[in-house]
Amino acid sequence: MHKVYHKIERIAGNVITVAADGVTYHELAQVQSPQGTSLAQVIRIDSGMIDLQVFAGSRGVSTDSQVRFLGRSMQVPFSESLLGRVFSGAGEPRDNGPAISENMIDIGGPSVNPSKRIIPKSMVRTGIPMIDVFNTLVVSQKLPIFSIAGEPYNELLARIALQAEVDIIILGGMGLKYDDYLFFRDFLEERGALSRTVSFMHTASDPIVECLLVPDAALAVAEQFATQGKKVLVLLTDMTNFADAMKEIAITMEQVPSNRGYPGDLYSQLASRYEKAVDFEGSGSITILAVTTMPGDDVTHPVPDNTGYITEGQFYLRKGRIEPFGSLSRLKQQVNGDTREDHRTMMNTMIQLYASYKETLEKQSMGFRMGNWDAKLLKYGVRFEKEMMDLSVNIPLEKALDLGWKILAEYFKPEETGIPSKLIAKFWPE
Amino acid sequence: MANIGKIIGVNSNLLRVRFEQPVVQNEVAYALLESGTRLKSEVIRVRGSVAELQVFEDTTGLKEGNSVEFTGELLSVELGPGLLTQVFDGLQNPLPQLAEQCGFFLQRGKYLDALPRDKKWAFTPKVKVGDKVSAGEALGSVPEGIFEHLIMVPFRWHGTFTVESISSAGDYKVTDTIAKLKDQNGKVLEAKLMQSWPVKLPIKCYTERLRPVEPLITKQRIIDTFFPVNRGGVYCIPGPFGAGKTVLQQLTARHAEVDIVIITACGERAGEVVETLKEFPEQTDPRTGKSLMERTLIICNTSSMPVAAREASVYTGVTLAEYYRQMGLSVLLLADSTSRWAQALREMSGRLEEIPGEEAFPAYLESVIASFYERGGIVRLKNGKTGSVTIGGTVSPAGGNFEEPVTQATLKVVGAFHGLSRERSDQRRFPAIHPLDSWSKYHGIIDRAKSVEAHNILHKGNDVGQMMKVVGEEGTSMDDFVLYLKGEFLDSVYLQQDAYNHIDEACPGDRQAHVFEKVYQILKTKVTFKEKDAARSFFLKLTQTAKDWNRVEFKSKEFADLEATIFKALAEVTVNA
Repeated sequence: MHKVYHKIERIAGNVITVAADGVTYHELAQVQSPQGTSLAQVIRIDSGMIDLQVFAGSRGVSTDSQVRFLGRSMQVPFSESLLGRVFSGAGEPRDNGPAISENMIDIGGPSVNPSKRIIPKSMVRTGIPMIDVFNTLVVSQKLPIFSIAGEPYNELLARIALQAEVDIIILGGMGLKYDDYLFFRDFLEERGALSRTVSFMHTASDPIVECLLVPDAALAVAEQFATQGKKVLVLLTDMTNFADAMKEIAITMEQVPSNRGYPGDLYSQLASRYEKAVDFEGSGSITILAVTTMPGDDVTHPVPDNTGYITEGQFYLRKGRIEPFGSLSRLKQQVNGDTREDHRTMMNTMIQLYASYKETLEKQSMGFRMGNWDAKLLKYGVRFEKEMMDLSVNIPLEKALDLGWKILAEYFKPEETGIPSKLIAKFWPE
Repeated sequence: MANIGKIIGVNSNLLRVRFEQPVVQNEVAYALLESGTRLKSEVIRVRGSVAELQVFEDTTGLKEGNSVEFTGELLSVELGPGLLTQVFDGLQNPLPQLAEQCGFFLQRGKYLDALPRDKKWAFTPKVKVGDKVSAGEALGSVPEGIFEHLIMVPFRWHGTFTVESISSAGDYKVTDTIAKLKDQNGKVLEAKLMQSWPVKLPIKCYTERLRPVEPLITKQRIIDTFFPVNRGGVYCIPGPFGAGKTVLQQLTARHAEVDIVIITACGERAGEVVETLKEFPEQTDPRTGKSLMERTLIICNTSSMPVAAREASVYTGVTLAEYYRQMGLSVLLLADSTSRWAQALREMSGRLEEIPGEEAFPAYLESVIASFYERGGIVRLKNGKTGSVTIGGTVSPAGGNFEEPVTQATLKVVGAFHGLSRERSDQRRFPAIHPLDSWSKYHGIIDRAKSVEAHNILHKGNDVGQMMKVVGEEGTSMDDFVLYLKGEFLDSVYLQQDAYNHIDEACPGDRQAHVFEKVYQILKTKVTFKEKDAARSFFLKLTQTAKDWNRVEFKSKEFADLEATIFKALAEVTVNA
């Protein structure tokens, strides 16, 4: 039924070219070579010549390898039995479980009609004070974690996966070190969170093309769960690897590069993934947290820069902590007014005092004389870093606010904090 | 006979199509999928017998040999009553109606009528049989919300016409013929309530273009006083991410003193449009007392929607703006963000394998941006009234660096530049328009000499501030220190506004004039202090009181009281000459 071709005209990078007719754009094909079988996708049609991107790479593909067109575009399976499983970007099982082929769904589907979106209104509790108190994560938000290589961003994601109050976690790994992949698997398994998690994993040693499929596969599955009323959290790491994979393919395809070698559609490509974050009216939701490593700690690098224009804020992870200053959740105003009456005040007061602590540290290092006030700040800052900022702290929002009051009361007089007297009367510990 | 071509190549959203009958550059064509779905596209290059088309949709599933129908029509929008309050995508499909039919997700190949076809409008004729009319002149009018919507002779008709017949007052649908007009050659044409116009061409049915001189009040003090915009002027707001471009645009959309606001969300976050969509209908327009939505029209082609339609969306927006201008109204077009539109151009240029210019943007980027902004302006219409289109475009420069091609190309053609700075937004100074980098060529509501003088104090104060970072407070003279404090005072009391306070978020023209006069007086007063600490705490207190003063009702008792408090405090430290 499907035509089979045996003559490959050109092989360059991961792209092979065959002369064929009746092939549709984005159709899948199976390429059989002495190295094994791989899927491939049509990425260009030109006067009878079909360019195919081979998922497993073109290494070992011979000019007479068999190419069989499948008459469908890229799909992933979707069912409850996905939970607890680990797949590759191409949808093949990575664990030792059986392949699933029921209820296949298209990936990279159309975008949500903006008029069907609703204003975000509820928070996602993570148990991490730096998020819950200071930069609240909101349902349907898309937030990147800007970081540099070497920071514990995967540990942070894993902890959020464990602690976040959501129904389903979809984990997408791109260009992960094999160790990191094992870390995620073991971490979630040991703590019993694997049963509500679906993972799509691409490690650095896997074919680069599969990296491109990870976010689409993860988000397609997330969308299905969300339309069934589930609250879904999608964790992606690391989007810079995804962008680099795109760069690699674009250069092989001889596209004109725009900025530092990245293709001109980098913004659109990233946006079409991030914009999948949504709160469906009367149904479920998708929230996206994605790690973006900044090469050279440079936020003006094209990947973090374009990401910043797309997402609703960002978390900076520096020296193992979520930075309180650069980090911003643009949607926090929508929810932190209705949590507890002291939430906004505590958020502002503690950060302002922490900023003063930083100034004092600077003064101290320059050898200025330390006053009484400075001494207070120095003590406060240390406590704050240890009990609030440390990533291992796991307490609910209310406990974190109580702790905040306790720390303040230990070092400051009420009037020194600038907190409105109404709140002082109610919350200041005796 | 239908003009049909065959697809010979597909590369993302670019099609190569072999044709036999003549095709028109920029004409609309439909690519047919096996399933019968028609994908809207536009001819963007012709080479020999092969046309290259950009498709406004995802092209998955197209194959060689599929048919393409050429329509012979340029990409056009529908003009007529019923546009206001609507939410369109970049190709003028009404999104709420699409949602009714297709649910949560957009469906490719689904195109709906922009104007409701079954709604009836109460038409009142303005001409009688035998009258001479030409394109753009009113034949009659219908009420559309708070406006008198003029029904005009279609803009694309050339020459003078004699009215052969005109419908009597009554209710008509947009597709009903309301007049028959005879041209010089005796040919009779039918005018309907609605007409259409190709988006990439400016509407030129006016007698002359005028110089923009009348200030447009945005109710943002830093803009109206220091970097004003005039009716019919064009301005740009470049800024890095997180500097508050969109918040500023939203406040402008809400408060600007214009008749109609058209918001073009071009390649930006969907969430931001949603806020406008859900909040505007519930807010009242202080000018009319009606819902803000009645004067608003939203074109929304967010970042995950097809790229080619993003390019079309800014043209759709400006064409609709020009249409309402033709009725003698003052229209404000807010485009957020023009960089995304430029990137859409870049993507297509790359696929066409054109020789790239700087940062791979096409070489024609500058002329395209220039011709877009040139569609803003104030004109004298054929009936002697004036109408204006003011354009405010945001720019999202890569890395927040204003040296990049889109910002530079935009700066060449605009009359005002409101540069947002990361530094100011990090300090939570809203609006984060940088007072020293920005400029405007327009004249505002405040006496130019005084605003320049105030601006100088800001400049000098900033210089002192920079110097103090090096030499410390001890090395700064008292006069310089006071100058620095005055600069800071002007910044926090006048330049910044509290976007969360319902009074301070919008400062009307008369209040601005009053407050500026008082602040100017404070800046000009010579004050003295024994110590720098005393000076600092004096100004801190003064700032605090002045901020409260900004937050109370203008001309209320509280307002007068706070003003008195400020000047009483000032008198105590004033040097008497």
